Amino acid sequence: MTTATAVAAAVRAGERSARDVVDEALAAVAAGDGEYHAFLSLLPDEARAAADAVDAALAAGRDPGPLAGVPVALKDNLCTRGAVTTCGSRMLEGWRPPYDATVVEALRRAGAIALGKTNMDEFAMGSSTENSAFGPTRNPRDTSKVPGGSSGGSAAAVAAGFTPLGLGSDTGGSIRQPAALCGVVGMKPTYGRVSRYGLVAFASSLDQIGPFATTVEDAALLFDVLAGHDPLDSTSLPSQPEPTLATVHGGVEGIRVGLCRDLVDGCAPDVVARVREAADALAGAGAKVEEVSVPEFGYGLSAYYLIAPAEASSNLARYDGVRYGLRVDAEDAARMNTATRTAGFGAEVKRRIMLGTYALSAGYYDAYYAQAQRVRTLVMQAFDRAYSSYDVLLGATAPTTAFDVGAKVDDPMAMYMNDVCTIPSNLSGHPAVSVPFGVGADGLPVGVQVLAPALQEALLFRVAQVVEATAP
Amino acid sequence: MTEERIPLSREDVVHVARLARLDLSDEEVELFTAQLRTVLDHAADVASLDLSHLEPSSHPIALRNVQRADEPRPSLDRDEVLAAAPSVEDHRFRVPRIGADPS
Repeated sequence: MTTATAVAAAVRAGERSARDVVDEALAAVAAGDGEYHAFLSLLPDEARAAADAVDAALAAGRDPGPLAGVPVALKDNLCTRGAVTTCGSRMLEGWRPPYDATVVEALRRAGAIALGKTNMDEFAMGSSTENSAFGPTRNPRDTSKVPGGSSGGSAAAVAAGFTPLGLGSDTGGSIRQPAALCGVVGMKPTYGRVSRYGLVAFASSLDQIGPFATTVEDAALLFDVLAGHDPLDSTSLPSQPEPTLATVHGGVEGIRVGLCRDLVDGCAPDVVARVREAADALAGAGAKVEEVSVPEFGYGLSAYYLIAPAEASSNLARYDGVRYGLRVDAEDAARMNTATRTAGFGAEVKRRIMLGTYALSAGYYDAYYAQAQRVRTLVMQAFDRAYSSYDVLLGATAPTTAFDVGAKVDDPMAMYMNDVCTIPSNLSGHPAVSVPFGVGADGLPVGVQVLAPALQEALLFRVAQVVEATAP
Repeated sequence: MTEERIPLSREDVVHVARLARLDLSDEEVELFTAQLRTVLDHAADVASLDLSHLEPSSHPIALRNVQRADEPRPSLDRDEVLAAAPSVEDHRFRVPRIGADPS
């Protein structure tokens, strides 16, 4: 499949019908997804009806929007009214939400077509999509490898060419890391820039919805559709978003780039080499590149794996077998709650709920949770200091290329280390993007990460576009 | 923050699982104790820092309470909401007897 930009242009020009685009995408998934398991469910009837509505609008002389007829893969933690939304969990198997996420409505208004719901680590907890209750997703670049996670299904759907665009959620790197491992573009916006209404909550102060695409231009096109204030999300930013698409090809002349040693050191040598080549390429394109050290980022992982589980333990208390999802019957309500949660949650979700409950419990709250929140302040101040000298930061997205299926499932700490370069931006709420830049020693994609200050998405995409254009 | 912390025990895991309403097998208690201890050991780098001069941050952006105008507006469709519930009676969520302690 070609880019979203090209699909939308062809549909708006009447060269292709949206129905034709959707039928082709559905056929591609039917033929190819047996190998990858990117999708948990498809929406063929809804997608065809939406495509027909786009074609009807065009026939009536109306513009269906900037994403006219473009199929999009939705992570299965985004609520779709009447269509099963599982979060990769037995707990929500068969659950049909009574409302659409705000981003789902935004896509519809832009003429995009929701093609299906994609696989994910259960409740977005994981870095390999192996924690899905419905079986893992395979990396389309090499099916013996994981696609990364937790938004591995959306990354794989875009990498496989099933859809030009995907949506994921990024709490500690869950868009950027799978994008890096699958060789596509994945971006986490500023916290509050995209509405979280209808995103099933994992860690509310860290979660953010963002785009997957095959090009930076497509990612900017989708971001512009998603961004904006939403009164249904109390953490939604009130300011008008700055459009990013118009300036995506603006170049990096004079932009100050800090090559962040703390987001490179400790990565595999082939990853380090690609990041340094990307830095050189930016310098060659006119950016002022210097090395910078932000040692505070080193504390991010520990802080994250206290804050995120703490918030998760609270958010996931709602799965009690009363209002929706699984119920395992028992003689009284408390036993029913326990039986339901014991049967409905997988091992990683239980681990995080217990870790979070422990970090919030009497006697440990100050030592762990409050202390982690102070580290969050420390990391935010460190970013402010770095951004007083640099316009953007550059680093690796993930420490390695895609690893073998099964390699880290029994070692949670080894799995958590995948997020070491992506976590700082979640703690600070800043935007960041992963861009494919060559391959590692194993021939698998390497992702280079660009980080920018809050609300600087336009600048972020400009720099990312040059990284993309200079990639080997 | 410099006092010696007692490592997570089996009993801690059993206690926390009960608070979180999770029933663990003996093997799971064993496994989770070891795994959570590894994560908390890693977090020791953070727990031992002197950060008393910093305020904790709960959010990346300064949050202010948001209020909307107190005007009626459509809410979720009751039948649609109840259709997703495991058990319903007279337009209400039905649950088993409440009152017994889980332990």
